[in-house]
Parts: sequence; structure tokens; C-alpha cells
Amino acid sequence: MSIKGKVWKYGDDVNTDVIFPGKYTYTITDPKEMATHALEDLDPKFAKKVEKEDIIVAGRNFGCGSSREQAATCLKYAGVGVIVAKSFARIFFRNAINQGLPLVQCKEAVENISSGETITIDFEKGKLSCKKGVFNFPPLPESVLGILKDGGLIPHVKKILKIEKGE
Amino acid sequence: MGKTFAEKILALKSGRESVITGEIVTVSPDVVMSHDNTAAIAKKFKQIGVEKVKYPEKIVIPLDHCVPAATEKYAVNHKEIREFVQQQKIENFYDINTGVCHQVLPEKGHIIPGTLVLGADSHTTTYGAFGAFSAGIGRSEVASIWATDEIWLRVPETIKINIDGDIPPEIYPKDIILHIIGDLGADGALYKAVEFSGKVIREMSIGGRMTLCNMAVEMGAKIGYVEPDEKTIQWLAARTNKKYEIIKSDTDANFEKIINYDISKLEPQIACPHTVDNVKPVSKVVGTKINQALIGTCTNGRLEDLKIASKILRSKKISNRVRLLVFPASMEVFAQAMELGILQELVKSGAVIMNPGCGPCLGAHEGALAPGEVCLSTANRNFKGRMGCKEAEVYLASPATVAISSLYGEITDVRGDLK
Repeated sequence: MSIKGKVWKYGDDVNTDVIFPGKYTYTITDPKEMATHALEDLDPKFAKKVEKEDIIVAGRNFGCGSSREQAATCLKYAGVGVIVAKSFARIFFRNAINQGLPLVQCKEAVENISSGETITIDFEKGKLSCKKGVFNFPPLPESVLGILKDGGLIPHVKKILKIEKGE
Repeated sequence: MGKTFAEKILALKSGRESVITGEIVTVSPDVVMSHDNTAAIAKKFKQIGVEKVKYPEKIVIPLDHCVPAATEKYAVNHKEIREFVQQQKIENFYDINTGVCHQVLPEKGHIIPGTLVLGADSHTTTYGAFGAFSAGIGRSEVASIWATDEIWLRVPETIKINIDGDIPPEIYPKDIILHIIGDLGADGALYKAVEFSGKVIREMSIGGRMTLCNMAVEMGAKIGYVEPDEKTIQWLAARTNKKYEIIKSDTDANFEKIINYDISKLEPQIACPHTVDNVKPVSKVVGTKINQALIGTCTNGRLEDLKIASKILRSKKISNRVRLLVFPASMEVFAQAMELGILQELVKSGAVIMNPGCGPCLGAHEGALAPGEVCLSTANRNFKGRMGCKEAEVYLASPATVAISSLYGEITDVRGDLK
């Protein structure tokens, strides 16, 4: 599986309050509407200009703060194909996987990618290609990959329960 | 080599002899919590295609994030939750007259040592103050647990933080944890179990330990933990008859890091806009004008916090430039504060007493800010737009600092002479 997309680059500690503000957390429930507010308090241009399979590249601790899953949902439905960061906050990591949004942790790659350039990521080979070169990244744990491959946690659990029922 | 608390409890809850850090295990939690987000979780649960939640007795649901409902949308959200809990026979449901989830769960006896608690809220780490392994997870995961009683967790490494020294006057748990977060950074404990220990912790109230564990997530921690002691046992004795086993780290456990703090010379601390780890001594920002002050939330909305505030504000009037909002963290705290005359003192000083709930902490309602305004709050987050307005600024501090600053209409060092 591989993705090719245009980069939106951000810094460290991009938190879930700027990704999807708390004032919307119980009032906006449709994922497509969530997408229109994605990154609103950090980059007002993003939601309007983001295209399918665009890639977010960020520094440390991406997704820190509130556990709201909408932070992952809004980015997924805005079309983001993958997020590459130096590190991810743990609840955001879980939420992204559970929403079927792939993540890549690679400090070196982030340091060598510029905003606006087009990069390619090969998940099977664990390779990220950008203007400055090719960088390796570690694969996600098997169990986590399983959830991603099924398109997220809900379809994954549904599948498992169906299999169990069929036995 | 001995084992850490995290290693022991995740082995226990995954039915394994032992586990190692970095490993992914499948666990069954003892308690799973959600709040106003329960309706959204129920929608995901429906998608799984299972009729009934597997163990309704494990589920605890307080309504707190937007109570009472601010608009029709919020009211519909609450209505759906009430219908769901009834349909699923979930008995541990607390409506709008109870309080903030992280205060309510311990108060109502749902938290005991040696258990695994997961919640659809990042500050679920609060219950580590009672020796539980308690972590935040996402909505889809709570739905999955309702259906299957299982979820995956990564076994965290443990950072042990020893806090020693003699606490200077007017220095509180909030100052201590802000100092630590400022020192270690917003990702200083990323994915780790943080164990708070040392003389200062032993002497600290249960409420103070809750403040520390609550804020642990703001340095990226998976859990906060305080080893239960006599204080914990006594606190719990008034709340629950449930039998429990205290699980703690072995003295020769493999801690990834041991960090020592001596807080004998600590000054009052403040987190400045717009990150929690942008921590400075209050003395560096005194004089900053404030428009709104907030005393409350899961971090600092307990009786001991309101007592401190009322001691400072007794027989005085807050600045007429400041709106001081007080949110007792639960109806129980509210009632006790009322009985002790604390609420009366606060009202006389000019504070507005609000209902127990999260209030404006996450920007939903009950105290929004206007562009250019500054709020000084005892809450746990100050990210840009956190309280609903991205052109406003939020500072975080102890109840003492917030109270004294309300008097003068500007950020004030509580150790200074009262004018």
C-alpha cells in the first residue's frame, strides 16, 4: 500500500483543541461537517484547501490534549491520507488508527521535508521518499496494523464478532 | 528484577503471568467511563451490530461536560443518553445534578486500588491517585469495550518522580505539578506511567494527589499513579465496601527514569498562553490584567480548593474588572461548601457560584471569552481557543493564585502582602 501526496507542515505539540475545537465537540456530529473545521484554530486555510491524499507532516507530540476522536475523524474526512510526525500523543495515535487513518513516526524524515512538496510513502517497505532522500520508518505493531487494514476499529470488531458467531 | 505497578496490573488484567514494557496486550477493564459523549459512542456501538452491552455493571456515565444542556442540540444529546442507559440497564448513570466525572467516580465508590479503569476522557488519569491503572481512550474504543469487554494497550515504561522537601507557605499541589510539566515538557512523559512518590506525596491530601494525576496527561503520560497508603484506605472506607488489593511497584523494579525534585524553594507557578508546559513563576507575570477567573474543574474543584479561595476572599471584594466563576466539582462538594459557609463568603466577595460541571473549561458554555480577554483558571488546559475564543488568552494556576488575582484584577503572587 502506498500514498503520494502534497505536504502540509506544522510544528510541535499540535493539540486537539486546534485540530477540532471543544466548542464543536457535542454539536457537530456529521464527519463531513467536522472536516470543514479541521485545524481551524491553527491554520484557517487548511480545511478549504486540503485535497484528497494530502499529507500532514508535523513535529513532536502531534494530537496532544483532549481525547476527542473528532480530531482524527475530521482529518480523515478532510481527505488526509497519512500523518507523518516525530511523535504522536497516545490517545490521538489510537483514535487515528481506529478511524483508519495511517500514521508514520519518523523524526529524520520530518526534519527533511518541506511544506508543499510531494512525498511518497510505501507502508509495506517502510520507506518515505521526499526531495531530500529516502527514509526508513518502523512498521506499526501487527495488532494495530490489523485494525488499520480493516478500515478502523468498528469494522474490525464487527468482523471479529461475525467470525466468532459463525463458529 | 522486580516489576512496576504498570507491568503487574497489565499482566493481571490480560490474564498473563508477566508482561514486558513495549508489549501490546489485550485487557479487560474493571470500569469503563464516558460522559456527554455517550450518545456518540452509542452510535458507534450500534454499528458493531451487538444488541446489548456485555457488562452494564462495569459502565459508569456521569453527565458533566455541558450541564444543564445549553441548547436544543445538547438537550437532544442528553435525551439520547438517558434513553440508552435505560434500554441497556446501565445503573451507574449520574444525571446533571451530580458533578464532574473525575470527581464523581471516586466519590461514588467506583474507584479502588489495583483495578483497570479506562475512560473516554483524557483526564481519566485522575484515578491513579487511588492506585488504579487509569487511562484515557477514544470513543470507538469504549464502544468496542461495551461489545467485547476487551481492548489493546501497550505496556508503558515507568518514570518515577520523587518529590521531597518542605512545602513553602502558599505552595500547593497545582504549583508542584505545573513546575514538573514545565520542566519535563508536554511530551516529557509520552506513553509513560508516571509514579509520584516521596515525602511530599505522602503528606499530600487525596485531593492534591488527584490534581497531580489529573495533570499527568499534560506531559503525555498514559497514567499517573500514587501508591495507596493509610490516607487512601481511610478515604475509601467512607465510600465503598468493595474488597481490593493494593498493587504497587517493587522496590527493585526497572524504572526507565527516576527524577528527584526538592520543592523547598518552589514559588507559585503559572502556565502561560498557549501551552500547559509554558510554565513560569507567577512573579514573572504579575501585573497581567485579567477579565475572568475560574476556580473549579476536575483539576481543582474540590472542597479543599474552595476553602483556600474563601480564606483569601473572606470579607473582601474582588476587582470590579473581574468575573470570578466558581464551579464546585460535584454536588457533594457544593453541599459541603454551602454548609461550611464557604459559598456565602465567595458570593459576598463577588464570585458567581455555578453548578457542578465542566463549565467553560472546554469552550462549550457558562463563561465564554471575548477576543482580547484574559482568563486565569484552575483548569488543566490553556491551548489556543480552548475556552471557545482563539483570540483570548488562558493562564493556569492554583486556586490560591486565582483567588488573590481576582481581588486585584491582575495576576498576583499570593505570597505578597495583602494590600
